[in-house]
Amino acid sequence: MAGLVPAIHVFLVAKAWMPATSAGMTNERLRSDVEWLNTILQGILLGGLYAMFAAGLSLIFGVMRLVNIAHGDLIVLAAYVALVATETLGIGPLTSLLIVVPVMAAIGYALQRALLNRTLGDDLLPPLLVTFGLSVIIQNGLLELFTADSVKLNAGAVETASVSLGGGLAVGVLPVIQFVLAIAVIWGLQWLFYRTALGRAFRATSDDPAVAQLMGLNNAHVFALAMALSLAIVAVAGVLLAVRANFDPSIGPARLIFGFEAVIIGGLGSMWGTLVGGIIIGVAQTIGAQLDPGWNLLAGHIAFLIVLAIRPQGLFPKVN
Amino acid sequence: MSDPLLAVRALDAYYGDFQALFGVTMQVGEGDVVAVIGANGAGKSTLLQCIAGAMHVRANAIQYYGVPIGNEAAHEIVARGIAMVPEGRRLFPSLSVEENLLIGGQLGRKGPWNLKRVYELFPMLEERRDQPAPSLSGGQQQMVAIGRALMANPRLLLCDEISLGLAPIVIRDIYARIPAIVAEGVSLVIVEQDIVQALKIARHVYCLQEGHVALQGEAATLTREKITAAYFGV
Repeated sequence: MAGLVPAIHVFLVAKAWMPATSAGMTNERLRSDVEWLNTILQGILLGGLYAMFAAGLSLIFGVMRLVNIAHGDLIVLAAYVALVATETLGIGPLTSLLIVVPVMAAIGYALQRALLNRTLGDDLLPPLLVTFGLSVIIQNGLLELFTADSVKLNAGAVETASVSLGGGLAVGVLPVIQFVLAIAVIWGLQWLFYRTALGRAFRATSDDPAVAQLMGLNNAHVFALAMALSLAIVAVAGVLLAVRANFDPSIGPARLIFGFEAVIIGGLGSMWGTLVGGIIIGVAQTIGAQLDPGWNLLAGHIAFLIVLAIRPQGLFPKVN
Repeated sequence: MSDPLLAVRALDAYYGDFQALFGVTMQVGEGDVVAVIGANGAGKSTLLQCIAGAMHVRANAIQYYGVPIGNEAAHEIVARGIAMVPEGRRLFPSLSVEENLLIGGQLGRKGPWNLKRVYELFPMLEERRDQPAPSLSGGQQQMVAIGRALMANPRLLLCDEISLGLAPIVIRDIYARIPAIVAEGVSLVIVEQDIVQALKIARHVYCLQEGHVALQGEAATLTREKITAAYFGV
C-alpha cells in the first residue's frame, strides 16, 4: 500500500504530459487531476465490494481446498432472498440482512453436509463438477422463479447520499459503508481464524484432515461450519450487490470471476491480500472506465494478467 | 467378570484386497502398559489405526469396556477416551506448539490433563509455546504429539513408534516420562521398533508377524530367542 501514493503521483505527472484536449490547460489539468483522484477513490471503494465477493471463496479454498464454481450464483441467490424478504416484510435492505444471513448460513451448512462433503477427497475435479452443476441449477431455478427481468433493491436516501471530502472530492455514503463492511468482515475472519477455538479447528482440519479426526474433530461438521460462514459472507455481499445495481439470475459467473481474480492477486491464504486484490481490480476498472467506458472490465482483467505474469503466487501468499 | 478396558477379538483388517491383520486378539486392562512389536509391515500401525477408528472394521472386533466400537468414526472414539499419538508425530504445521496442544483438548473431556499439567511433564515445551510446531526438534515434536493426545484426557493412549527417527538419549528421555503418565491412570498400547525400550516399559508384549500374533506374554517371561523367532518368523 505504501507504493500507492508515489504511484498515483507518477501517474498524475505522466497524465500532465499527455496532450491537452481543449483550451484552458491549467484549470483543465487541475480539474482532471481531481477527477482522477475521485476515480481512484471510487475504485478503492469498489474494491471493498470485490473483496467481499472473494472472502467467502478464499475461506472455503483455504479450509477444504474446494473451489466453489457456484459462489457467484450464491451471491445472486442471496440478493433474491433479500428481494423476497424486503418485499414480503416491507423492511429495508440493510434490515433484511437479519434474515438473509441466517438463511444463507443454514443453506451453506446443509449444502456442505448433504452434498459437498461427499465430493471432497484427493481429486480436485469432483467438487468443481458438482459446484458447476449447482451453478447451472441455481441460475435456472432463479430464472424460473423470478424471470430474467433485472431488479434492484431500494435502500432509500442513502443510495444517493454523499459526503464531500473537500477539494472537489466526494464519496457516496453507500460505497463507504460497503468498504467499511468489507474491512469488518475480513478483520472478523482474521480474528476468528487466529484467536478462537473454531478457527484453530479450521486450520488444523485444513492442515491434516486425517489427524484432525484422530484429535476428536468431526470433519463433516467443521467443513459444514466453514461453508455456513462462507455463505453468511455471501449473504452480505448479495445484499450490497442488490442495492448497488440491477441484478438478474445470470450475473453470478461474472461476480465469481472478480472474486477469483481478487483471491489470486492477493495470494492464496491471505485475507488482507484478498482486500488488496479487490482494490487493485476495482481501481483498474474505474481507471479503465474513465479512459473509455467500454474498457472497464478489460482493464480489470489486464491488471489480473499483469500480476499473474509478474508474481504468479500472488502479492501476499501464505506459505502452506 | 467385568469387561477389560480394551479387547481386540479376532480382528481382520484389509487395505482394499490386501489383508493386513489375521484374527488378531489382544487385551488391555486398566493400568496396563502393553507393547506391540514386530518387523516393518507386520501390521502394528494397522492395529492401532483400527483401534483409533481411522480404519473401520467389524463392530465387535474391538470392544471398549465391552462396548463394540470397531466401526465407529475416529472422533467418536476420542470422545470415548482413546487417544492416539500418530506415527511420525503429524503435528499441525500451521499451528503453534500451544495451539497443537489446545486442539488435543478441543473435546473438553474431564480429567487431570490440561496445559499446565502437560507443561509440567514437558517443561521445555512451555518455553516454546508460541513457536510454530515445525520449528522444534524431532524429540520436542514427539513430546508435543504426546502432550496433544494427553490433552484429550484419554483412558487409553495409543503410541505409534514414538522413538522413530530420534537419538537414543532423546528416546530414553521421553520414555522416562511414561511412568508419570501411567500414574495418572492412563493405560498404554505402545507400538515400538526399539525392542529393548518396549520390553523395559511394558508388562505385556504382543509380537506381530505378517498380520498374525506370533507371540504374547509377560515381558519378564519372554526370552531373547523366543522373541527373535517370533519377530522374524523362523
